[in-house]
Amino acid sequence: MLKRKFLTLGATLGLVSLLGAGSTAAAADVRLLNVSYDPTRELYTQYNELFAAKYKKDTGNILTLEQSHGGSGKQARSVIDGLNADVVTLALGWDITAIERAGLINPGWEKKLPNNASPYTSTIAFLVRKGNPKGIKDWKDLWKPGVQVITANPKTSGGARWVYLALWGALANAKTHDFSTAQGQAEATAASAAAKDFPVYQNAEVQAQIADLFNNHVPVLDAGARGSTVSFAQKQLGDVLLNWENELWLARDEFGPEKFDIVYPSTSILTEPPVAVVDKVVDQRGTRAVAEAYLKGLYSPEAQDLAGQLHYRPRNLDALKKYSAELPNIPFFTIDETFGGWVKAQTTFFADGGTFDQIYKPAK
Amino acid sequence: MAGSPSRVIPGFSLTLGYSLFYLSALVLIPLAALVLKTTEMSFAQFWAVTTDPIVLASYQLTFTASFLAALINGVFGLIVAWALVRYQFPGGRFFDALIDFPFALPTAVAGLTYASLYLKDGWIGGLGPRLVTGVNGLAGLLGLGAPLEPTALDWLTFPFTGGTTGIVLVLVFVGLPFVVRTVQPVLIEWDPEYETAARSLGAGRFTIFRRVIFPELFPAWISGFALAFARGIGEYGSVIFIASNIPGKSQIAPLQIVTKLDDFQYAAAAAIGVVLLSISLLILLAINGVEQYARRHERAA
Repeated sequence: MLKRKFLTLGATLGLVSLLGAGSTAAAADVRLLNVSYDPTRELYTQYNELFAAKYKKDTGNILTLEQSHGGSGKQARSVIDGLNADVVTLALGWDITAIERAGLINPGWEKKLPNNASPYTSTIAFLVRKGNPKGIKDWKDLWKPGVQVITANPKTSGGARWVYLALWGALANAKTHDFSTAQGQAEATAASAAAKDFPVYQNAEVQAQIADLFNNHVPVLDAGARGSTVSFAQKQLGDVLLNWENELWLARDEFGPEKFDIVYPSTSILTEPPVAVVDKVVDQRGTRAVAEAYLKGLYSPEAQDLAGQLHYRPRNLDALKKYSAELPNIPFFTIDETFGGWVKAQTTFFADGGTFDQIYKPAK
Repeated sequence: MAGSPSRVIPGFSLTLGYSLFYLSALVLIPLAALVLKTTEMSFAQFWAVTTDPIVLASYQLTFTASFLAALINGVFGLIVAWALVRYQFPGGRFFDALIDFPFALPTAVAGLTYASLYLKDGWIGGLGPRLVTGVNGLAGLLGLGAPLEPTALDWLTFPFTGGTTGIVLVLVFVGLPFVVRTVQPVLIEWDPEYETAARSLGAGRFTIFRRVIFPELFPAWISGFALAFARGIGEYGSVIFIASNIPGKSQIAPLQIVTKLDDFQYAAAAAIGVVLLSISLLILLAINGVEQYARRHERAA
């Protein structure tokens, strides 16, 4: 938390000094600020090096890339409040929609880049203690007596919103696709485009089950996805952690593979963290071309391979295949086909008075 | 102000002007902006946000935990101040410096430290299983079987399991310096001969404390209490590490504000903040009133 604040502060200070120096800097030197969410720190540190080197080779100019990380909602808020981000790479579409509604990003951003403008994906899986003592293999096992589930608060954590959607979709037997083949991906895209009504929202049984889970199996609710990892791995609370797949790998690497096992449920959600150029900022600063190239570069074979290395699922099928031992293929359902996209999911589930709030409403 | 002693200070109007500017820029203008932000909502919306059961529960938790923590600091802070002023002991200076520690330490670090102490394998939380194993082992050697259940001492991880307990614990930590630092100067000025006099007149220890010492300390003590209480209400960083943050049960009011902000609901966040501030202001005014009354009463006596 503190480190996060510190980094945001650092990025802000960096930006301030940039504004001060802007008029005197050589015209050829360009700076870009990428405002991102928590777990992507390593990914963008490495990608920035890759992209800056390529930029220097192509143009001969120096590109300085700055990055800022924090909770996705909080980062979106900073951009709305005036942090001059050239690009945003956030955890969920809703946060970019919020920036769009503030008038900083033009509508239609999700169509400007391939794959719903999310160059890499991830999913929600389980982290359990070594040897899986409680025998947690699939979603239904979370309701076993005595099992304690660690997840973050969906009101404040982007990752936890994906967890909530994964739970809901899996319980409602959402239609899944095989994302390891081009044909499966095409089917999923077609199904999303064709989806009209979304019966999962009317599933009262699922809602009751989820309320039961949060009321009786969730002992703590951290504000952020990273906080829930700390609760599970460092504070040793609970029997199973529900979180981003890449975050689970990070926890396993950080705290030692001898302590934890990653468990993949039979189906899960394809989480699609989107990226977008902040139109108003790049037009003001004259950085549109390089900002667009920066995001486009995320789809390049090198960047896709890098994503795979750091436990994100590459969109590129060759890269995905290369890392299939660590990122096993399971059937995925999508937010667009199952829930009709972020705006609908956000207003039904997570807005004030939504289904999540009802879980904790005291009985009158 | 004519004829008041402050006139001897040159540049009086300059210092006054500066003070007013300073207070306005730092406190009044931001406060006004906060209140203004809530006018973006209708009164019905304001009411709906601030009386939501989950928000109400968070106010209750914040004020209860802060009050309990201030009370604990009131009692133990007084004892600490007394010990530091009255007794010379090795390391006394060191302990005296230690009192200010909670001011300097980022509270998030404090929360994290407390949390890790009471973990299942932390220094204190981990003591339970080890003690149980030890006692049972010893009993086994003596042929007494195993008298303790393996989970008998798991309550040592209480800050995690006890909800409010953990929150009060960290609030006691962040509020520690206030009572000590407000009471200490009064105690230093205090002449122990009053106690000797009271004793010679036949007063018992408790009577001396109650009738002679405490009335003298009371105004300072209650301002320390008020400061510790106010500090607890605003505390965020340390609490979220140790609380389980379950809506309606263990979410403090500042977390409710952050939750609203993360959902881009600026006005709703401001509304909760305004209510929190208003309640705090009323309580602090009441405490101030008590303090004033005590000072006047003391002077009259």
